[in-house]
Amino acid sequence: MSTATRQMHLAAHFPGVNNTTVWADPRSKSQIDFSSFEHLARTAERGRFDFFFLAEGLRLREHNGRIHDLDVVGRPESLTVLAALAAVTDRLGLAATVNATFNEPYELARRLATLDHLSEGRAAWNVVTSFDAFTGENFRRGGYLDRADRYTRAAEFVATARELWDSWTPDGTPRSFTHRGQHFAIEGEFTVPRSPQGHPVVIQAGDSPDGREFAASTADIVFTRHGTLESGREFYADVKARLAKYGREPGELKIMPGVTFVLGDSDAEAQELAAEIRLQQVSPQNALLALEQIWGRDLSAYDPDGPLPDIDPGPGSSLVQGRVGPGDVLAVAARWRALSKEKGLSIRQTVIETTGRQSFIGSPRTVAEQLTEFVAADAADGFILVPHLTPGGLDDFVDRVVPLLQERGVFRSEYTGPTLRSHLGLAEPVWKG
Amino acid sequence: MSSTAPLHLAAEIGGPPRYDPGHYTGLARLAEHGALDFVTLGDSFARPGPDALAVLSRVAPATGRIGLVPTVTTTHTEPFHVSSAVATLDWVSRGRAGWQADVSTTGAEARLFGRRPAAPADELWREAGDSAEAGARLWDSWEDDAEIRDVATGRFIDRDKLHYIDFEGASFTVRGPAIVPRPPQGRPVIVVDGTSGPARETAARHADVVLVRATTPEQAAGARTDLRRRAAAYGRGPGALRVLVALTVDLGDAETAPEPGLESGPPLAAGGSYYRGGPVDLAELITRWHRGGAADGFHLTPITPGRDLERIVNGTVALLQHRSLFRTFYPGGTLREHLGLARPANRYAFEGGRA
Ligand SMILES: Cc1cc2nc3c(=O)[nH]c(=O)nc-3n(C[C@H](O)[C@H](O)[C@H](O)COP(=O)(O)O)c2cc1C
Repeated sequence: MSTATRQMHLAAHFPGVNNTTVWADPRSKSQIDFSSFEHLARTAERGRFDFFFLAEGLRLREHNGRIHDLDVVGRPESLTVLAALAAVTDRLGLAATVNATFNEPYELARRLATLDHLSEGRAAWNVVTSFDAFTGENFRRGGYLDRADRYTRAAEFVATARELWDSWTPDGTPRSFTHRGQHFAIEGEFTVPRSPQGHPVVIQAGDSPDGREFAASTADIVFTRHGTLESGREFYADVKARLAKYGREPGELKIMPGVTFVLGDSDAEAQELAAEIRLQQVSPQNALLALEQIWGRDLSAYDPDGPLPDIDPGPGSSLVQGRVGPGDVLAVAARWRALSKEKGLSIRQTVIETTGRQSFIGSPRTVAEQLTEFVAADAADGFILVPHLTPGGLDDFVDRVVPLLQERGVFRSEYTGPTLRSHLGLAEPVWKG
Repeated sequence: MSSTAPLHLAAEIGGPPRYDPGHYTGLARLAEHGALDFVTLGDSFARPGPDALAVLSRVAPATGRIGLVPTVTTTHTEPFHVSSAVATLDWVSRGRAGWQADVSTTGAEARLFGRRPAAPADELWREAGDSAEAGARLWDSWEDDAEIRDVATGRFIDRDKLHYIDFEGASFTVRGPAIVPRPPQGRPVIVVDGTSGPARETAARHADVVLVRATTPEQAAGARTDLRRRAAAYGRGPGALRVLVALTVDLGDAETAPEPGLESGPPLAAGGSYYRGGPVDLAELITRWHRGGAADGFHLTPITPGRDLERIVNGTVALLQHRSLFRTFYPGGTLREHLGLARPANRYAFEGGRA
């Protein structure tokens, strides 16, 4: 297949618990009513998307010892919502983020296989590995897993789930399984026959070398934050290069960055709209909070429209719970100060500049061109689109960008098969009896 | 209880394992056609069959009124996940979710998880009670009006209306609050089969609906009185509990049986009472027991779901409706409304934000 006609994959991320989601917009509806999930899923299916994606969080975020109250919060349990969405969609893949640390292989493999049956072959599992004791306080075992062990557990978890999915013969006879490993020692009989896809699709989200290795060894899709052309290409080359040592071909692992988009009638209008959206995403309160996350101190006395603090960040802050930390805070602070000084930016403006996640801004034609270019340049195999409005945030994209992608021949006009694997061009896994 | 108390009817739609959603949707719609309060779907990690909660979630958008009550076990599962999943079933069904809590007592089930050995039923039922209690607190951990979307202050929620539950049981602790906002029913309906001794105490303390097995109306009435007395000892009001007689029914292929009535049947998996006969005589039996005040209603487990549920709905239920002994339509939208159970006040709101 020539580069020009390489097909891209598209997925819809349900907007939700993050500060990308603009809840103050009058068009913003419930993040929890089923009608919102139904609307977005039906829109994605109308656009012939590969799959619908739900993130997960198992503890409400805290800031300074109190529940974070500025962003959208509250979401349903993923697998249960997806089972319901299977009733109102026909072809759309249904992907749930489910933590490998706070679940057990037998139960989760069973729930995933059930979803694959109920959706007739559309289930996917995004394996995440949060390990912290903060999240663990909601669970029987608490925060028991060392950081170093989370990927060994995740890898054994996925392998064990696949043993269970393979434990029935393709003609429908259950056979007993035994698994003895470092993290799990289990045996018995699985209760669900081999599902329509053989194995639900496995997605991985995580960026460390261990995470990339785990993805290369076992995942069907990588969900990444490398959404710019340069870092996308770097990531793409790195992860694809890791496949060979597992005897895998580059096409067996799809790389899909999570990206945002803003559409306008013209590029200029889209830029204007994007700036407005950024102001809504980074409210004055959110700007101070972003600053406190770096500085690790209470900065509520500062004026968001004033300059950055001249004091340095506090050491080893645990101000934020339930989020990946910002890394070297002194370096980040220095960078922010330099930027603010150079451009004369206020606190809020600096946060807007530095935390921007908007990836594709322009007229439908511009956005379609850029997406196509990313795929042609090996920066991605496709995209997980993160709209900023619930639940109508994908409407414009499906109505205005998808037809252009179809015209260019880089995106399907009709589903060619019934299962998510068929959308992704992935073979059904060989039964290892 | 007076003989005019509304009759409640429910049916199990499990049977030989099936994995196609159409099968379950068809049965649930049939039961809904008969205006039954709810359907149950049994589950266990130990025998073939799909995850019941997922199946009823798949059924939810394809039905409009009927209550959906999957079995979710508490022995090898995480209470936090269970409460989230049940709350989500309530959201996707717009207030029709229940949860039949059950335990896993066998070594075979324990070996599927490899985390803990099998334990005695009384210990596991106490834990099931803890799981129900943690669940109920998590469902309350968001006050109903916690989401404020206050543009002026930039706050999406009022954090004072979200509560840590700090539950401490014998075998687990949960900090909270829930990740799922309080579901439409406030708390989904908890169902417990209170037939066995160890389960009965947990049922009296935590269940909204209790299933009991009985072979005579006197036995059923006795169980009901016992349950209400125990519930009262936990400070629960007399109207807080619905006691349904669990009956396995084999409607065979006869319109009426030569000798109607209960028989002690073959040793069915769940054990207990067994009816074989025709749909008309089943209606007579239900009427007689209900009028006598032996129970608030019946939970029927058809021995062959496809065949027997059709007979229950178009025979037994139709007759009960014709005689004005059972409703012909749903006056309300939620399972709690079908059962005549109030939407629970939020315990944390009641504390006036002191929590
Ligand atoms: C794009 C992306 C999306 C993620 N989504 C989730 C999520 O929904 N829930 C979650 O608990 N963790 C999520 N994670 C966190 C990862 O599972 C992982 O814990 C984290 O990235 C640290 O692992 P690493 O060091 O390999 O990057 C996500 C990570 C990435 C990169």
